[in-house]
Formats: sequence, C-alpha cells, structure tokens
Amino acid sequence: MGNLYNLLMQDARFNDAMKACMNCGICTAICPAAEFFDYDPRRICDTVQRKNENDIEELLRSDMIWACGQCMSCRTRCPRGNTAGEIILILRKYAIQLGYVDSTIREQERRMAAAQGENILKTGYCVHPDLVDPDQHPEQGPIWKWYTKNIIDIAPKLGANYHGEGPGALRQIRQENLDEIRRIYEVTGGMEHHNRLLSEEE
Amino acid sequence: MEKRYWNEYQKEIADDHYFYERSCIRQTFFPGSEAAFLRMMREVLHKDIYDEENAHTCTGIGYHSDFVPLETTMTVVARLFALMTAKGYTNYVPSCVTSFGIFSEMVEMWEHHPELLEKTRENLYKATGREFKIPENIAHPSDIIYKNREELKKSMKYQLVNRFTGKPLRVVEHVGCHYAKIFPEKGVGKSEFPYVLAGMIESWGGEVLDYPERRHCCGFGFRHYLLQENRGYSVANTKKKFESMEPYEPDFIVTNCPGCAMFMDKWQYTIAEMENKTFDKDGYGIPVLTYEEMAGLLLGYDPWQLGLQLHQVQSENLMNKIGIKYNPDEKYCGVDGKILPSPEKPRVLKQ
Repeated sequence: MGNLYNLLMQDARFNDAMKACMNCGICTAICPAAEFFDYDPRRICDTVQRKNENDIEELLRSDMIWACGQCMSCRTRCPRGNTAGEIILILRKYAIQLGYVDSTIREQERRMAAAQGENILKTGYCVHPDLVDPDQHPEQGPIWKWYTKNIIDIAPKLGANYHGEGPGALRQIRQENLDEIRRIYEVTGGMEHHNRLLSEEE
Repeated sequence: MEKRYWNEYQKEIADDHYFYERSCIRQTFFPGSEAAFLRMMREVLHKDIYDEENAHTCTGIGYHSDFVPLETTMTVVARLFALMTAKGYTNYVPSCVTSFGIFSEMVEMWEHHPELLEKTRENLYKATGREFKIPENIAHPSDIIYKNREELKKSMKYQLVNRFTGKPLRVVEHVGCHYAKIFPEKGVGKSEFPYVLAGMIESWGGEVLDYPERRHCCGFGFRHYLLQENRGYSVANTKKKFESMEPYEPDFIVTNCPGCAMFMDKWQYTIAEMENKTFDKDGYGIPVLTYEEMAGLLLGYDPWQLGLQLHQVQSENLMNKIGIKYNPDEKYCGVDGKILPSPEKPRVLKQ
C-alpha cells in the first residue's frame, strides 16, 4: 500500500465513500459529467481501490477529477454504497495540497477563492445580487440587468431587507458575525487553504 | 401492505417551532419566495418560525467547489446550530437545498465519527465561545409545505386547473439533487420516488408529468457554473432536460431548489438567444416557479410581490390559464408604486 492511498484514507469521508467497487459502471451510466466530458467515475473508484501509487498520482494530476459536477447522482445508484462524488472531493483536496494541479485548474481555483471565497469572508454570503455582475453573467438576461439596476426600489416590494439592519433577505450581516466566521476559518485551516489558493500566481 | 411499504418512504417533519435559515441563492434570485413561505407559515398555518438575522452562508457552494475545506464548513454549520440552540429551538429549516444536503451530511458524519463532533465542538468554542446542540429535526421548507398541503388547500383561491379546458395543468416537478440524492432517506419518497413536489401538485389539482430525464441534474455543477468558461456543462444538462420534457407540453415547471429554479429559467433565455429555440409551442418558454411561488399564487398572493417579474420566462399566460387576477400595470413598479423603466426585451423569447 502506497503513501498516497494512506493519505486519502486519512480523510474522515474516505471509508464511507470508498467501500468496495465491483466495477459495474452504474455510476458512470447515471453521471451527467460522464455524458459531457472524458470522465468516468467507475475508473476513479477502481483506480483508488487498486492502491497503485503511480496510478493514484496520475489520477491526482489529471483533469478528470475536476469534471465532476457534485450532483451526487452516483450515490443513489451504487449497489455497494460508494460515492464517487465524495471521493472526488478528497482527491481534489490532496491534489491542491500536494501541488499536483495544473496551471489552468490552479488559476480557476484562485478565481473562485478571490470571488465567492472572499464574498463569504467580507459579506457572509456566497452569492448576493451585488456580486452577480450582469456583464459577467450574460446568461442571466435583461431581467437580471433590470433588477440589479433597480434593486433599491424592487427589493422591499418582495419583502427583502436589502442592506438593512435586522432580519430578512439580503440584510447586512453584522460585523461580529463576520468576525466569528473569520476566526472559524483561522482555527479550522480554512484561512490557510483560502490563502494558498489566492497566492497561486496567474 | 401497500401503506406499510409507502411508510418507508416517508420522513419525519417537525410540526411546529422552526428555526429558519435563509439561502444565499434564494435571497439573491427569489427573495419573494422566502417572504411568501414565512407569510404562509404565520398567517395561514399559524406556526412559530424564527427568522435569524445573525445567520450566514453554510459555505456549501465553497465546499462543493473545493475552496472551503470540510473542517471549516463543519464548524460554520456548528455556528448556525449554535444560533438555533441559543434561541431555544430544535427544529432547523434551511431554505437552500445545498444547505439541506450539507447539514444532513455533517450530522451524519458526527454520528459515524464522534471524534469529529468533539473536534468541531472544540473548534467552535475556541473560535467563538459558542456551544451547540444537534437539531432534533432538519426539514426543508418544501417538506413543511408538503406536510401541510391539505391545510393550505383550504385557504387557496385557485387550483392547478386550466379554466378554459377544465383539465389539470401539466406540471414538471424538478427536485434538487442535494434534497434526496446525498441522503435518500432524508427526502419524502427517498431518491427513487421523490414525492415532495408531486404531492403538492396532485393535492392542488395538477397533473404530474413523467418524462425520461425527470431526475437528471439541472446542471449547476458548482465550479462548472461559477467559472464562466465552464458554463457549457450547465446549459447542456438543462437543455437535455428540456428536450426530454418538450413532447409532454408542460404548462410550467416547479422546483424545490434555489439554483435549479434560476438555471431552468435563465438557460431557456440563453438557449433561445443561441439557437432560436424555445421548448413550448408559442415561443414564450416554459415558466419555472419555486414551490412557494406556486403555493402563493394559488393562495391569491400578488404575483409581483412574489417576484414573478424577476423570472426571465414570464408567467402571465400561466396565470391567465388558472384565472389568477393581477394588475399588469404594477409589474414593473417599485415599492410604493414608483414606476420603473421596463426591462429590455429578449431577442427571441416572447414576453
């Protein structure tokens, strides 16, 4: 058994996600990502359970592990109770930690940390209308442009408390809450992970 | 025997005294739905539900997109549970389906790995001085509406019936993946027979459509949508669903997931712009409603307070079919009746 397999086993999710794969391929049959990408959850499970150091390293360095869309449809079908989507989370974690991700993925992870990751720390929201710029989201269409331009007038009509004090949708989340989230990040390794992603050069 | 069998597909849904936590995506795109849910709970069902102002993201989007580690998400979840504990509640109600999956996953991990629970308690205390209890019940708001669907029906002014033909409206129901796929036993009907939305539709007079890709993901894909260059995955999955449902001619789509509702609405606009294609006969697109919007319309709530004007696919044809009364002049008004400039019209999708 190689070091990389031992490393994967250290993650608390591993034993529940990776029991024993019999290579039936039903996960691949139901997987939306397998339809659109060169992605095969059956091969992910099989490669991991074979415990071959070189093959696991190749997997960690591959683009394949970044194709999963995390819908977890694989979980509903596996007759052995494996969850390929959960194994993917573990593989991605160690691929980042070991510096195995290529420059494209590294830059993508940096961009998400700089956008949604920073949103969490600065606003308490992953997503907020102020942060969904219509120019970056042409698929949102003209109504979204209209809403974000007129949100001060529209939000209260919908019962929202846009940047207001107290409860309600889109309220301003108070600084003491953000301070506690930041301390949780510091205590649990979230800040280290966030800064690692941010520090990756473009 | 049949009844006993179906009981295995039920879940426990608390009856009252709920701690409500809002969703990042739902607040962003459908704030009127959260307001409508609270209004139904308080004014129609007379339930006690607490709207916590100190709540925040569960970090679920970051967890599934790999920029927030497990231990951090777990402790952020613990802080949300600590807020519930401090207010004396035990029934947790997350507005978001991704959050529902995250909470279910963290609680399950704590059950299987007590050492993780201890570590989380230690981390939370160290970071915030807070302590928490695990909720006795975690229910999605769609579970609660499902549970009370017959009670709500008593106050409804309309039914899901086409007033011109007298026939039930044909409804596509889309259940968010993280509602029942991560932990099948946490959803009404589990992952094989999800009944949470179908139950509402049938109780309120509509016909549930079965079609080949009924359980296919909407295509959000987390990093696939967040990254602009990856969005082809997201739209391709949604297109697959639309092509599959098109021959069944649905009157509308209803979902219980904030993301699915937004994607299935906005991607219809995108596909129309890209390929001059709509999935209804008349070129208007298929309206996509949240379950709160569906219930709110039938209860007679103002569609413009529900926020139907925020959808890219318009709902007037649907409301006309049901016979819902609304004032078209108020559609693009702000609060206090302020008249706002109308939005631009899409090139293809009729408005």
